[in-house]
Amino acid sequence: MSTVSTSTNTLASMDAAQSKALRRARRRAAPRTAWVVPTLYIIFLLLPIYWLINMSFKTNTEITSAFTLFPRDFTLHNYTVIFTDPSWYRGYINSIIYVALNTVISVGAALPAAYAFSRYRFLGDKHLFFWLLSNRMAPPAVFVLPFFQLYSAFGLIDTHIAVALAHCLFNVPLAVWILEGFMSGVPKEIDETAYIDGYSFPRFFFKIFMPLIASGIGVACFFAFMFSWVELLIARTLTTTDAKPIAAIMTRTVSASGMDWGVLAAAGSLTIIPGALVIYFVRNYIAKGFALGRV
Amino acid sequence: MNFSWMAWTLPTALFFGTIAALLIGMAVWEYFSPGGNPRHGILRFETTRGDRLFISLLGSGFINLAWLGLIGPQLWWALALSLVYAICVFRFV
Amino acid sequence: MEKTWNNRAWFLVLPVLLLVAFSAIIPLMTVVNYSVQDTFGNNVFFWAGLDWFQELLHSPRFWQALARNLVFSGIILAIEVPLGILIALNMPKAGWGVPVCLVLMALPLLIPWNVVGMIWQVFGRVDIGLLGKTLSLLGVDYNYVQDPVDAWITIIVMDVWHWTSLVVLLCYAGLVSIPDAYYQAAKIDGASGWSVFRYIQLPKMHRVLLIAVLLRFMDSFMIYTEPFVITGGGPGNETTFLSIDLVKMAVGQFDLGPAAAMSLVYFLIVMLVSWVFYTVMTNYGQES
Repeated sequence: MSTVSTSTNTLASMDAAQSKALRRARRRAAPRTAWVVPTLYIIFLLLPIYWLINMSFKTNTEITSAFTLFPRDFTLHNYTVIFTDPSWYRGYINSIIYVALNTVISVGAALPAAYAFSRYRFLGDKHLFFWLLSNRMAPPAVFVLPFFQLYSAFGLIDTHIAVALAHCLFNVPLAVWILEGFMSGVPKEIDETAYIDGYSFPRFFFKIFMPLIASGIGVACFFAFMFSWVELLIARTLTTTDAKPIAAIMTRTVSASGMDWGVLAAAGSLTIIPGALVIYFVRNYIAKGFALGRV
Repeated sequence: MNFSWMAWTLPTALFFGTIAALLIGMAVWEYFSPGGNPRHGILRFETTRGDRLFISLLGSGFINLAWLGLIGPQLWWALALSLVYAICVFRFV
Repeated sequence: MEKTWNNRAWFLVLPVLLLVAFSAIIPLMTVVNYSVQDTFGNNVFFWAGLDWFQELLHSPRFWQALARNLVFSGIILAIEVPLGILIALNMPKAGWGVPVCLVLMALPLLIPWNVVGMIWQVFGRVDIGLLGKTLSLLGVDYNYVQDPVDAWITIIVMDVWHWTSLVVLLCYAGLVSIPDAYYQAAKIDGASGWSVFRYIQLPKMHRVLLIAVLLRFMDSFMIYTEPFVITGGGPGNETTFLSIDLVKMAVGQFDLGPAAAMSLVYFLIVMLVSWVFYTVMTNYGQES
């Protein structure tokens, strides 16, 4: 891991070896204890999550009466409740539907726009870009009230598409920002050569350009997924029953049925899984993606 | 489609009309004299006239709010002050 | 890269423009309209002039919430940015540790915000939470439901838990982009660890750090879900941030006028701050 010590001895031998991996290891004169910091941090990150998962396998009596670091009466009851009760598992399906819709719409619309921003100067381009970004910065709380009115007027309340469109407010600007960063890294000569070779714009875009920024598209999808998945305020406001996201169902259960800690913990644990899966797929590009493609 | 929920009033319509007119005006200006007249003003970074308009509008918003909070609801003087501010921005920034 | 002038590029931007305009401009216009009127429902509105703005600007509740927001964002930045840099500097640069670190660190970012709140609400509870119970067993008087200081500490620790990874990942992206040659040169010059950080690593992280500060400031400034779930704005109003107050007004009490006025003032502040950050960011990029 990071315990590569770079004393003068090893440096000399590495110069002889010239192996690529070792050259990378020489990058930094990391002290032998470097691993301590990230390890402690990761433990700090995992403790609350562990406690949640731990709780989800306990019975309610064990949760409230005993303080156990491991489930004493290991039970899958809480998960059974969620997977057999439609009002619970429908929440996951609803969330996945609008998140997927939003990801497709956001990235689909952002692709041509990002291309325009990365390749051309046009009337008002910089201000347009800033205006887009300002929507990413605007507090969702500001939009909750008019959104409800707006989507009611269009008869879209309690549909998946309403939430997907509303989340475009912050996801489209973000996708444009990320994709623009990745696209700017592709030399312009590639475009020009393709046009000289007689490619039309759509054919060039789909056949040549999109494969070149495939990682960027993946990262943009990841971020659209992420921010749509974690957002609750707008999603909750725009839905009542048919499209209610899992996160909102959880808040309702908290107030209604006393405290069913076990089921609540199980529902919470299940919301972590989609995120964990998606991170795994983009793990190699995630750092670059957070830097919006431009490092 | 019913848009009565938007609750338009004459003053707010005028407000947005003014903003829209300003934007169209800027676009026409930009079309006939492209480049936006970039320069380094007192803020020590490059601004174009679009930036200057934005700074003027944003600043005017705060001037009016401050007037409302500190002095009173008669905003005509605040508007005049905003105009002076906008002229200064276009002249010096 | 020199870009060519081409106003037809507008057609490429058009879908985004329509999409965002629908979700941004119509609501914003509506908010402005509401902010100068009063209503008792049924889309019947009465002219109220600037009353709501005046009321808002003279209400201590608003200023306190704004102050809380600013203090919170300040504390968050002061903790998360240095901590993020520290962790990024110590992260492995190659080998199996990299994907493990990245995946585990990104995990909190992908948890729905109210679940984050729920996790910490449970984690800090004195009766069933690991943290709360452990602290009380150690004899620490900790109760985030009643003690404002404890509530603040809980929310801040929660936010550090939730978002420091963002800073870490951004800084890490900046660090891995530094070519080997820089370190070799520093080695030959016999540079100390501090000067490597100060003159090689920090300049390379400048851009990503700006992005990190921008995102962290904005997101902490609009924080709603997590404190709402953990404390509900309490004890008293001690953790009531602007968003919490705003949603309470708009959705809870359906006071359209005051909520709209507050939205606009909130929005103006956000615009100002994001413009300042954005300008600094883009101008820095041009100079370097």
